[in-house]
Amino acid sequence: MLLFSCPNCGPRNEGEFHYGGQAHVAYPTHPGDLSDREWAEYLFFRENTKGLFAERWVHSTGCRKWFNMVRDTVSYDIHAVYRMGEQPPTDLDPATTPANAPAQPLAPAQASNTSTSEGV
Amino acid sequence: MSTEQLPEHPEFLWRNPDPKKSYDAVIVGGGGHGLATAYFLAKNHGMTNIAILEKGWLAGGNMARNTTIIRSNYLWDESAAIYEHSLKLWEILPEELDYDFLFSQRGVMNLAHTLGDVRESMRRVGANQLNGVDAEWLDPKQVKELCPILNINDNIRYPVMGATYQPRAGIAKHDHVAWAFARKCDELGVDIIQNCEVTGFIKDGNRVTGVKTSRGTINTEKVGLCAAGHSSVLAEMAGFRLPIQSHPLQALVSELHEPVHPTVVMSNHVHVYVSQAHKGELVMGAGVDSYNGYGQRGSFHVIEEQMAAAVELFPIFARAHVLRTWGGIVDTTMDASPIVGLSPVENMYVNCGWGTGGFKGTPAAGLTFAHTIATGAPHTLNKPFSMERFETGALIDEHGAAAVAH
Repeated sequence: MLLFSCPNCGPRNEGEFHYGGQAHVAYPTHPGDLSDREWAEYLFFRENTKGLFAERWVHSTGCRKWFNMVRDTVSYDIHAVYRMGEQPPTDLDPATTPANAPAQPLAPAQASNTSTSEGV
Repeated sequence: MSTEQLPEHPEFLWRNPDPKKSYDAVIVGGGGHGLATAYFLAKNHGMTNIAILEKGWLAGGNMARNTTIIRSNYLWDESAAIYEHSLKLWEILPEELDYDFLFSQRGVMNLAHTLGDVRESMRRVGANQLNGVDAEWLDPKQVKELCPILNINDNIRYPVMGATYQPRAGIAKHDHVAWAFARKCDELGVDIIQNCEVTGFIKDGNRVTGVKTSRGTINTEKVGLCAAGHSSVLAEMAGFRLPIQSHPLQALVSELHEPVHPTVVMSNHVHVYVSQAHKGELVMGAGVDSYNGYGQRGSFHVIEEQMAAAVELFPIFARAHVLRTWGGIVDTTMDASPIVGLSPVENMYVNCGWGTGGFKGTPAAGLTFAHTIATGAPHTLNKPFSMERFETGALIDEHGAAAVAH
């Protein structure tokens, strides 16, 4: 079992927490303007990084607050824990930081270029 | 102690060739799905100048560490069609591949522990029957008759309120399945290349023309990705993204026991599934770890919860010793259904997202994926399982029938 340092409660067992997937996925700024493909990207496409990954957890049986964490998805080492609304430490540069989130084609060859709706 | 005699192996299984400069098609991933794909490419489409690239050794990933359950009792029409076709192939493959891989149709029970479970299960039985899949609803007494070691007392935390039952479902000896496919692939001229890791792809515009590997560059006209948990990593190399997340999934086996468990019992609610292997080990599976992971090991508390559930359902197992545990990486999608079809890169095809249930789908995945690779278009059976469904909204939501929550 992993040991997480909740920003509010301190070190607690993994079993007290629930996983929330990739961090820093912002709701679209102009939802009405999104194409079906862009909606699909927002709803269903998440990074699946092998290595440093910024993700959200909630301390379900403690303070019940969400927070962010940078974890290595191979070694499961925890590199940073920080509050919602904060950015990951710049020296870690997990692949999910906004600058690295690439625009994604979705459908087969007919996919046209589109701007990403994720990772603001 | 042995409950069943294991079959003799053929004297020769497969060659271990060096990669050629070019192939008509390259399959990335030498697990069950990759092997089945190559087999059907050769058998059904006459493509024999093909290679399977495996970064480790043949079928040493999830194919070597799954709980071997085969069933087709899925809820939706699209899933019932592809998994039932798969089951029908399982029924004829031992003869077709000329290899006894101990496919044992001992039936699978999916237990219901709450009123919600009961309603969902009965609905699934009805849906299965409409789709020609053998399915029955069993009350607790019938459950006990089929599997006498199950605890059906109503004084446990989640009592058994009934079960769905698919009599034609069962288990097969997974590594023998891989060897059966590999041997036939080799006979048909397919190069099975082990210790050959894909490190990149060569593209001409948006069309794939080659594969870079740890054993040199290979030119090819078509590439099929069959890498399960590592599909995202390959897709990233090829310049696109997949709507999948990789999670560790754990299982364990006990020491050998006399035959006590005549069928396969699965419980989604308390999260354990148990069968007894041909040699006599109890094979148990748990749920996935909630977090993304590539570490090929899982959380201890997941195993602890699985064992607690197993001992409550099967008090007879309380003193069984665990022989080994292991974790594999499964690639899950948001609707718990696989992706088998075209990719955003021309001439590159993806077969992934089978989550926790890829083994049972091996023959149908191979058949339909081979069709897609050979013709450049999906087979009727895998057409609904395209990546576009996340855009069109035609999702195939199998969270209930997938049996392991993910």
